[in-house]
Amino acid sequence: MSDTTTLKVNTMADLMAKGEKPEILFWVGCAGSFDDRAKKITRSLVKILNSIDVNFAILGTEESCTGDPAKRAGNEFLFQMQAMTNIQVLNGYEVKKIVTTCPHCFNTLKNEYPSLGGEYDVMHHSQFLQQLLQEGRLKIEGGSFQGKKISFHDPCYLGRGNGEYEAPRKLIEELDADLVELKRCKTKGLCCGAGGAQMFKEAEKGTKEINIERMDDVEEAKPDIVAVGCPFCMTMMTDGVKNKEKEDSIKVYDLAELIAEGNSL
Amino acid sequence: MGLSNLLFILIFLACVVWFTINVRKIRRNILLGKEVVINDRKPERWKKMFMIAIGQSKMVKKPVSGILHILVYLGFVIINIEVLEIIIDGIAGTHRIFASPLGSVYDFLIGSFEILALLVLVAVIIFLIRRNLLNIKRFGFREMLGWPKTDANIILIVEVLLMTAFLSMNATDQILQARGEAHYVEAGMYPISSFLIPFFESYSSSSLIAIERGMWWFHIVGILLFLNYLPYSKHFHIILAFPNVYYSKLEQKGAFDNMESVRKEVEMMFDPAADPYAAPVEPASEPERFGAKDVQDLSWKSLMDAYSCTECGRCTQQCPASQTGKLLSPRKIMMDTRDRLEEVGKNIDKHGKDYSDGKSLLGDYIQEEELWACTTCNACVEACPVSINPLSIIMEMRRSLVMEDSKIPQELTGMLTNMENNGAPWQFSPTDRANWVNES
Repeated sequence: MSDTTTLKVNTMADLMAKGEKPEILFWVGCAGSFDDRAKKITRSLVKILNSIDVNFAILGTEESCTGDPAKRAGNEFLFQMQAMTNIQVLNGYEVKKIVTTCPHCFNTLKNEYPSLGGEYDVMHHSQFLQQLLQEGRLKIEGGSFQGKKISFHDPCYLGRGNGEYEAPRKLIEELDADLVELKRCKTKGLCCGAGGAQMFKEAEKGTKEINIERMDDVEEAKPDIVAVGCPFCMTMMTDGVKNKEKEDSIKVYDLAELIAEGNSL
Repeated sequence: MGLSNLLFILIFLACVVWFTINVRKIRRNILLGKEVVINDRKPERWKKMFMIAIGQSKMVKKPVSGILHILVYLGFVIINIEVLEIIIDGIAGTHRIFASPLGSVYDFLIGSFEILALLVLVAVIIFLIRRNLLNIKRFGFREMLGWPKTDANIILIVEVLLMTAFLSMNATDQILQARGEAHYVEAGMYPISSFLIPFFESYSSSSLIAIERGMWWFHIVGILLFLNYLPYSKHFHIILAFPNVYYSKLEQKGAFDNMESVRKEVEMMFDPAADPYAAPVEPASEPERFGAKDVQDLSWKSLMDAYSCTECGRCTQQCPASQTGKLLSPRKIMMDTRDRLEEVGKNIDKHGKDYSDGKSLLGDYIQEEELWACTTCNACVEACPVSINPLSIIMEMRRSLVMEDSKIPQELTGMLTNMENNGAPWQFSPTDRANWVNES
């Protein structure tokens, strides 16, 4: 399915030149910028924001990795260099509120930037979309997802890492879908296997890959759709489903994609 | 004062002194760790300790072992009121000294101790069955073979013996009370031990007195020895669980600390006023090591974590790496930290403060392969019933590997190079960052 929608996207620099400031900064993240599958998530969120005229901007080429994988790989120097560079840019634009589709960026910006001089109100897109819903700005229609069985795979850095379990589930319920919990969920949610810089290396020797272990829960819950809220989980869960040759019966979608597609955007 | 009172006082004092010496050693060992100041948000800390340690809120996340554990925990805390009476009786040569001042309250207390003793007995026997007969995966990991398994069984068997002695003591006591033997004041309520009367009824009063005294001594000396077993055992958690929860991290689990030593250097690089040609300032003290290679490089809180661990394995059971057969087990990280710390402590006792045995936690106890298997998902931290943080030790060791020894999996070197060169973990040009806007 080709995506021909024209997106309205301003950069902070564009707005600055016009003397304007957006309501939020959309932090796209490296996966959301470069990974082909994750770019679809990025575009979906932008479609939603465009459809209800949320005034947002991106940093564009001025954005750089938050440093999360460097920090978790043990390279604190590189992490802090990345952090300070980003903080200079963000503070330069007087950014107050940030929304991101990546729980790793979310966690780092929210929890690890403040003591380095970067204090922002940071939200994961599931939280922001829920807020828009509550304020009555966003309507969720559900479309073809109505009545579908959907399981949510909790991202570690959204769930256990930051205690947010409800916002993603509220969105799924709003689709009028049937939320089916995986056996290991919420505080006991099983990692997809990509956190802590694992995304960028082969796993250590073991008996099984972690995303394949996760497929046991998926096969037990038998959902039509596995919903994710993280670009790395997206990769791992998609690979897991492929490994089990279940691509035809189980689809993997990000929350933003479910809402955008349900609203026929 | 009789000979037996004197003997009791001597045993009691010896056990208290022995215990104090060992606890002070553990305290010294914990303080070998790096200094961190934890004295903020006190009301929150008390609340957390009340919920998690006193209230056992995490224990019941696994209902079977959780509820059984609460029985043993309550039994331990409440039956210890009885121990106070036993100690006073032992020193003063009295018998059931609380009986007359407390009156019917005493009857109620003894009655509830008996019921708790039975519940403890049942729980501990189920624990023994779970440990030794049922094939429960979390008790079977490689770090549990040998001493840790024996340690667990010793604790459980001692608890069986102590509770049996307590109930037998009460059974014989009440027969002697009924027979109107001198010294055995009529007091107490014995809902459980009265069922044991048939076993003892046929004995003469003098044999019963011997049995009662024997059980009394066995029970109290057993408790004093068990107290002194704690510092050598994982069972020390019954003491450290409380302070360990109190001092645990209150920030979101996803938040990792930013290293101060690094911040200073990075800030200098970003300071436009800094003179790049200035001679480096001589550090006032020895330069700090990045991350942790040995136990002394860890914070004292991580070392307290190690002494608080009772090896239940809930962390390892939840760990995605452990579940998929990787070498990493968060419980092993904690056990290794304690073992190494004990070794360092013994070295200090034997050879003095500055002795080095050339060994280290990283390398001699924990392997790189274990550390790199971690996904930093916080499942272990979430699972721990006493708020131990194995992840913080893993992270400190990764920092040491990367920043001190440049030992890092090759693929991660690539990722870091990409980040340095183009601000992304993959090899994409930063100028292409917003290409998604116009792609379809």
